[in-house]
Amino acid sequence: MSNKPYRLAQGGSRIDRTKKVHFSFDGKQLSGFAGDTLASAVMANGTKLFGRSFKYHRPRGVVGLGSEEMNALVGVGDSSRHEPNLRATQVELFDGLQAVSQNRWPSLAFDVGSLNSTFSRFIPGGFYYKTFMWPQRFWKHVYEPIIRKAAGLGHAPEGRDPDAYENIHVHCDVLVVGGGVAGLAAAESAAATGARVILADENPQFGGVADICGGTLDGKPQTAWVAEKVSSLAYAENVHLLRRTTVVGHWHHNYLMLFERVADHDPALLRDGAPRHRLWKVRAKQVILATGAIERPIAFANNDRPGIMLASAARAMVVRYGVSPGVEGIVFTNNDDAYQTALVLKAAGIGVRVVDSRGRAEGALVEKTRAAGIDVAVSSVVSAVEGNLGVTAVRVAAYRKGQGRVITERKIPCNFIAMSGGFNPVLHLWCHNGGKIKFDDGLQSFRPDRHQDAITAVGAANGTFALADIIAEATAAGEAAAKRKTKAAKVKLPKAEQDVQKPLEALWFAPATGKYNEGNKHFIDFQNDVTVADLELAQREGYESVEHTKRYTTFGMATDQGKTSNLNGLGVLSEATGKSIPEIGVTTFRPPYTPFSFGSIAGVLTKNLFLPVRRTPIYQWHADRNATFEPVGQWRRAYTYMSAGEDKHGSINREILAVRHKVGLLDASTLGKIEIKGPDAAEFLDCMYTNMFSTLKVGKCRYGLMMNELGFLTDDGVTVRLGEDHFLMHTTSGGADRIAAWLEEWLQTEWTHYKVFVTPVTEQWAQFAIAGPRARNVLAKLGADFDLSHDGFPHMSFKEGKLGGYPVRVYRISFSGEQSYEVATPSNMGRGLWNAILDAGKELGIEPYGTEALHVLRAEKGFIVIGDETDGTTTPIDVGLDGLVSKKKADFIGKRSLEQSYLKGPDRKQLVGLLTEEPTDILPDGAYAVRHVKDKPPMEMIGQVTSSYHSPTLERSIAMALIQNGRARMGETLSFPIEGGKVIRAKIVDPVFYDKEGARQNV
Amino acid sequence: MLVVHCPVCGAEGDETDFHGGGQAHIRRPATHDPANVSDEAQRDYLFIRHNPKGLHFERWRCDRGCGKWFHAARDTVTMEFKAFYGITELPPREVMEAATGEWATYFKDKLKADAKS
Repeated sequence: MSNKPYRLAQGGSRIDRTKKVHFSFDGKQLSGFAGDTLASAVMANGTKLFGRSFKYHRPRGVVGLGSEEMNALVGVGDSSRHEPNLRATQVELFDGLQAVSQNRWPSLAFDVGSLNSTFSRFIPGGFYYKTFMWPQRFWKHVYEPIIRKAAGLGHAPEGRDPDAYENIHVHCDVLVVGGGVAGLAAAESAAATGARVILADENPQFGGVADICGGTLDGKPQTAWVAEKVSSLAYAENVHLLRRTTVVGHWHHNYLMLFERVADHDPALLRDGAPRHRLWKVRAKQVILATGAIERPIAFANNDRPGIMLASAARAMVVRYGVSPGVEGIVFTNNDDAYQTALVLKAAGIGVRVVDSRGRAEGALVEKTRAAGIDVAVSSVVSAVEGNLGVTAVRVAAYRKGQGRVITERKIPCNFIAMSGGFNPVLHLWCHNGGKIKFDDGLQSFRPDRHQDAITAVGAANGTFALADIIAEATAAGEAAAKRKTKAAKVKLPKAEQDVQKPLEALWFAPATGKYNEGNKHFIDFQNDVTVADLELAQREGYESVEHTKRYTTFGMATDQGKTSNLNGLGVLSEATGKSIPEIGVTTFRPPYTPFSFGSIAGVLTKNLFLPVRRTPIYQWHADRNATFEPVGQWRRAYTYMSAGEDKHGSINREILAVRHKVGLLDASTLGKIEIKGPDAAEFLDCMYTNMFSTLKVGKCRYGLMMNELGFLTDDGVTVRLGEDHFLMHTTSGGADRIAAWLEEWLQTEWTHYKVFVTPVTEQWAQFAIAGPRARNVLAKLGADFDLSHDGFPHMSFKEGKLGGYPVRVYRISFSGEQSYEVATPSNMGRGLWNAILDAGKELGIEPYGTEALHVLRAEKGFIVIGDETDGTTTPIDVGLDGLVSKKKADFIGKRSLEQSYLKGPDRKQLVGLLTEEPTDILPDGAYAVRHVKDKPPMEMIGQVTSSYHSPTLERSIAMALIQNGRARMGETLSFPIEGGKVIRAKIVDPVFYDKEGARQNV
Repeated sequence: MLVVHCPVCGAEGDETDFHGGGQAHIRRPATHDPANVSDEAQRDYLFIRHNPKGLHFERWRCDRGCGKWFHAARDTVTMEFKAFYGITELPPREVMEAATGEWATYFKDKLKADAKS
């Protein structure tokens, strides 16, 4: 064999024979030419085998022309730049490209999994459902690992993606999808009116299949017309041309996503700083689909052997890349179009015969074929293929429509087949957002019917195949799409000349001598290995609906989303059931049209741009003190401050004891703060909170509970009456935005007559808790211009004034149970006041404490945290706060729901405290209490731990839990089975563990 | 991705700039007569919603714009918005007339009242 047995001496409109390009395929160093695709370059090197199939591991080669390729899926690039499942027909060759075949083990030519093929009669459709169901315990450890090793498409890249990606949002008047002759004509006439036009094509060059479809425009080849239009559109200011850009989906109100492969074809661009991919999010006033048509394979015995291609793809190999699919071939067709392939092959010096299933073949192209001396066998089908890793011969048999099996065959040696079963308009985008389609008897395929959005289809996508009709239709559509524009389009239609084609005859199944269960496989969905037999079996087993058949056999569900398989499958089902194809119905095409990268979806929003981080004015101080941080909503809060030689437990305990015995300082700036102002503010708060706020005196604070309309707790916090018409509401740190929106919603939609303003002010204030027996001493040391005495400034009251020279609002409220002052100052003064407090507190032993100490301190006091002690189905009564649910108020949010029978049931879970029998045992958060301990689950669960800590104050563990009927069970001991068979036993106690009378905060 | 128009501030944008607030024109029984709300009335208020194939009426909030709530009439099949109107308002007369099923029943009295005035 010569070095490059399949590269023809001449031809190849897209390759530059003067530029050699080196690449590797499965580690083998190969070369091709600039302009090659990976598919053409590998085939030019004499390799037809590209991969193994998904289920049977059958050898597979290139079948298609572009994005419809279902077999030749490859992985490109190494380690962090590896991208799996790319179609070799779309991968453009560049120097240094590394590609690997997929789905084979240990090697492409010898594959262990192909034993599946030998045993395939035992792996029919629905095999996975039938077999791997039982025994259940085998699934996790036996079936799944084996299936995962043998199956799967490609592997994920390793490590962090080194490249940049972009999103771009664009509005346009007309988006034309597909830059073939139809798309160019539509874009031209739309642009001529002055409309802003985007023309996107998934290929590196415009023109679609103009170069392989013959015919002339104004006496010149179609390609000359294409070149002229592309260059004039490129100069038009109102037109944006996008190459290598696939429109992957169409959504409501003409919202489309376009996936542009900016630098995949040329790594030098990446080095120059270009993004690898760009995702265009386009809102188009009008969409024109010029997405063309995809050729159908034919279901004949072993139609998946390497060397069997679509006729259009075989033709393109010769015309575009100067690559011969083989030396001796068969064109197997049911239509006139494929005769063009026979003529192209013959002209390139490749041996070819035509096998046509139709009884009569007499179109102009057929006559030209015969005149060229090519043998044409009508009323014939390919009934068998010989060869395994490639085609060695075919058998051809006489055929008449509807025939079930053939009797006599003749053998014809050959090494490739170009097949054509007709064309399917590409309707994916039409269908993504609910477009209706109708069956066309002439095409034996579906074409667009109606759509609620401003979208039209032109050319082959609309079932229009004759060149003159395409140009006329597309030009008219472009003009109509831009109808609101003032300029009248003056586009002169070119004169189109083309051979007239005679109609095709549907061929959904080419019979063989034996039944398909006798070693013959007629593939419908190549990528998911679904055969005619599988579809018929599904019918016999009662999967009558096409949607059921699809899921049972997985036909049409692979990454190609049924591009080549969908209609053939429907044809088979139609013949199996005796129903027409429209009666069978269609399955749904879903986005994306072809897979697109996660990187393009994320765009630049990765790493530190992934999520905005909110920082308090004290953030840098925390960081300088080596605080460990915890995320609270978008905030980062200091969790604890470890000193040298200390672990986390040590530092947390130290911080807690400092608050209990000396004084602690907490950055509470994240606490939600909402100002509520207006003559109806008090009445409005009565509607929102379970308890009464209209009775609150100016200068006083009150803890409030908030429910949703279902009667479930949603937030809590202390609200202060700053003035007669002026309140400051505190919310949970995570709830600030939600509660502000919630208040607004009720004001705007229900109590619209209230004169109230709601203003979130969380970030306007830095706020610190000074807590501990020496808290007042710290304030005194700082110097306050207001009364600090206990009587003058008692617990749950408020002062405004100056503290150490800083303007402050001081709330005497406590979440630790200690004497406690929350001091708020404008954010820009926060850091200054923080430092002043630390200085003043130094000799009093002040220590900063973090959120974990805060949580233990509140748990020792039995204070709830919304989201810990509540789970969205917890009422105030459940957590024992009945006293805060007003009986006087006629109405407030959630009040009526608390009276519903289902919230008054006997077995509600109630908040209790827990003390473990072994004081050093700390219950895991979320541990379940069970009624009876058994050897293994299931066990009846009666409640769960909501908070659990080691309390350094009490020198033992403490926990809170929601337990069925908990309050009636005081003193009972419950069992909590945890991992490893261990059972922790704990006694139900009052949830207030420390200072039950609340004396410490009240001094 | 719907295009939504705010009738309060005039902003037009993707639905992600707005917040969908579920069915419109739900009457909260406790606001009107808190002492006499039956279990069934409260259940219906909380949980029972229309689910029409066709014209539907919804609440939206101009989340990234003026922050105001408003009403929208939308066809659930074609996704086309037929009207945007104020949060305390009824839909335009012709849109009320186009309503079907439960919505037609709901708007029947309003149309009569509207005709009288």
